Amino acid sequence: MPDPAVQADKLVREFKKGPRAVDGIDLAVAPGEIYGFLGPNGAGKSTTVHMLTTLLPPTSGTARVAGFDVVREGPQVRMRIGAALQEAALDPLLTGREHLRLQASLQAIPRLERTSRADELLARVGLGQAADRKVRGYSGGMKRRLDLALALVHRPEILFLDEPTTGLDVQSRTALWAEVSRLASHDGVTVFLTTQYLEEADVLADRVGIIDHGRIVAEGTPAALKAEVGRPTVEAIPASEDELPRLAAILERFGERVTSPKGVAVRLADGEVGLADVVRALDAEGLEPENLQLHQPSLDDVFLAKTGRSLEGAGDEDEEQAGLAMEST
Amino acid sequence: MSAFADQVYLLGRRSVVRTVRQPANVVAPLLFPMLLLAVNSGGLKAETHLPGFPTDSFWAFALAVPFIQGALFATMNTGTDLARDIQTGFLNRLSLTPMRGITLLTGQLGGVIVMSVAQAAVYVGVGFAVGVRFASGPAGVALVFVFMALVALAFGALGAFAALRTGSGEAVQSLFPAFFVFLFISSMNMPRNLIEASWFRGLATANPVSYLLECVRSLIITGWDAEALALGFGIAAAIAVGAFVLSIWALRERMARS
Repeated sequence: MPDPAVQADKLVREFKKGPRAVDGIDLAVAPGEIYGFLGPNGAGKSTTVHMLTTLLPPTSGTARVAGFDVVREGPQVRMRIGAALQEAALDPLLTGREHLRLQASLQAIPRLERTSRADELLARVGLGQAADRKVRGYSGGMKRRLDLALALVHRPEILFLDEPTTGLDVQSRTALWAEVSRLASHDGVTVFLTTQYLEEADVLADRVGIIDHGRIVAEGTPAALKAEVGRPTVEAIPASEDELPRLAAILERFGERVTSPKGVAVRLADGEVGLADVVRALDAEGLEPENLQLHQPSLDDVFLAKTGRSLEGAGDEDEEQAGLAMEST
Repeated sequence: MSAFADQVYLLGRRSVVRTVRQPANVVAPLLFPMLLLAVNSGGLKAETHLPGFPTDSFWAFALAVPFIQGALFATMNTGTDLARDIQTGFLNRLSLTPMRGITLLTGQLGGVIVMSVAQAAVYVGVGFAVGVRFASGPAGVALVFVFMALVALAFGALGAFAALRTGSGEAVQSLFPAFFVFLFISSMNMPRNLIEASWFRGLATANPVSYLLECVRSLIITGWDAEALALGFGIAAAIAVGAFVLSIWALRERMARS
């Protein structure tokens, strides 16, 4: 088995007068893999990325990136990584092309190669037409794509993307996903991607690490994680309110009841094959629900199973609690 | 061209381009010192009748002020540019490249020097237009440009240090009035030996800005005054070296990469 591209052992980061932002993380990312680091706001994702990219020294623990220690061999690490951090760090007064030329120079790309490399990357991220416009006129998606191009200037082995699609529209998000997939599959780039979007981790990542309160609470392929949580759920919405008790009685014969805001839902004891039995039972009782849906387990279910909270809103919840704590002091 | 020189050139070019693309940053350092020069030259020209006043042209006496005032604007521009780079995360991007901290500072300050020398050319041109002639001749004009480059380096490094320590453009801008206090309690409007209030004369004598002004003034009015030149260049060089060293240290702390 090849050495991991990214490896962390008991990585910890404490801030003065603050909580442990990262609390003993162990992880290993294989070369060429897309690793999704999924968690709510404030979970410790960005702090981990800052440590792995040498921007923040760990309080304790060790991490190696591209085989080099992030504390003792920072320059070697930086030569091999590219990073697009949470905010697209761009100069609004420079054009896209000027950004790329400056970045190429700072990355010591030979002068003769810079123009062609800039043109190649601008075309690749779809900014060829906007290359000579100032960045302050770019949309959020264009800024993110330029940020990605800048991270790729020196052909890094490992790419760190910190919430690359936050705030983007669906079209921009999909375009960025396609490019990230291509980087891994065609160019063999290892991608360490943080996200708070379940769908993003599900679609892009070969493996997912779920982080909460600075700790990894689950890790594996999206399919394995969802399988671990278990069986799918069937949800039925009655055609009228008075049918709800009968509907519930029938469905409860096929599994344990779970929450449904408008109807009845049960986790199927026999898995998805049980759906046919449900349909037959409803038919036999003469019930025709308004809507009947089978829900596969999602990464949110995994998060719920591991932390007791839903991923969506978990960050807000933490922030609210922090706010209340602040008010009470 | 070595990698260092190439990177310094591009970062310096970025600094100049940024300034030029913000017209307010070009206009303010030209307009305000010229307005102050016009107002002072109109209102204070009677000073030239004082016994011992070094020239009969207040324009010639006051022309040194825009050079130093313009350099103060350069300080603010460097500081606020760097603070913005910190706030937007641009410095983090630079931190992830093999670039050395000294490259960033040298490039940034190089751009400020270019802009300050260009400003100085405008001030010299205005001086010539209103009839001021340099007693030190063309070599003196050339030396003023060298001196302005050194003063811009000194003040620019102070602005960079403030930005790197605070990480805030607002904090850097709040220094501007403080720097202006130094300008106003100097020999800006009156030769030190003619200042009657002893406390003010004492402050002006202790104030390094007085010697920067007197260095430029000596080239315009006196000719070649070795003492004024030595004090001016010496103080500017001392500020430049001290502020540059402090800025390098602050940049290392700020970049905080391993």
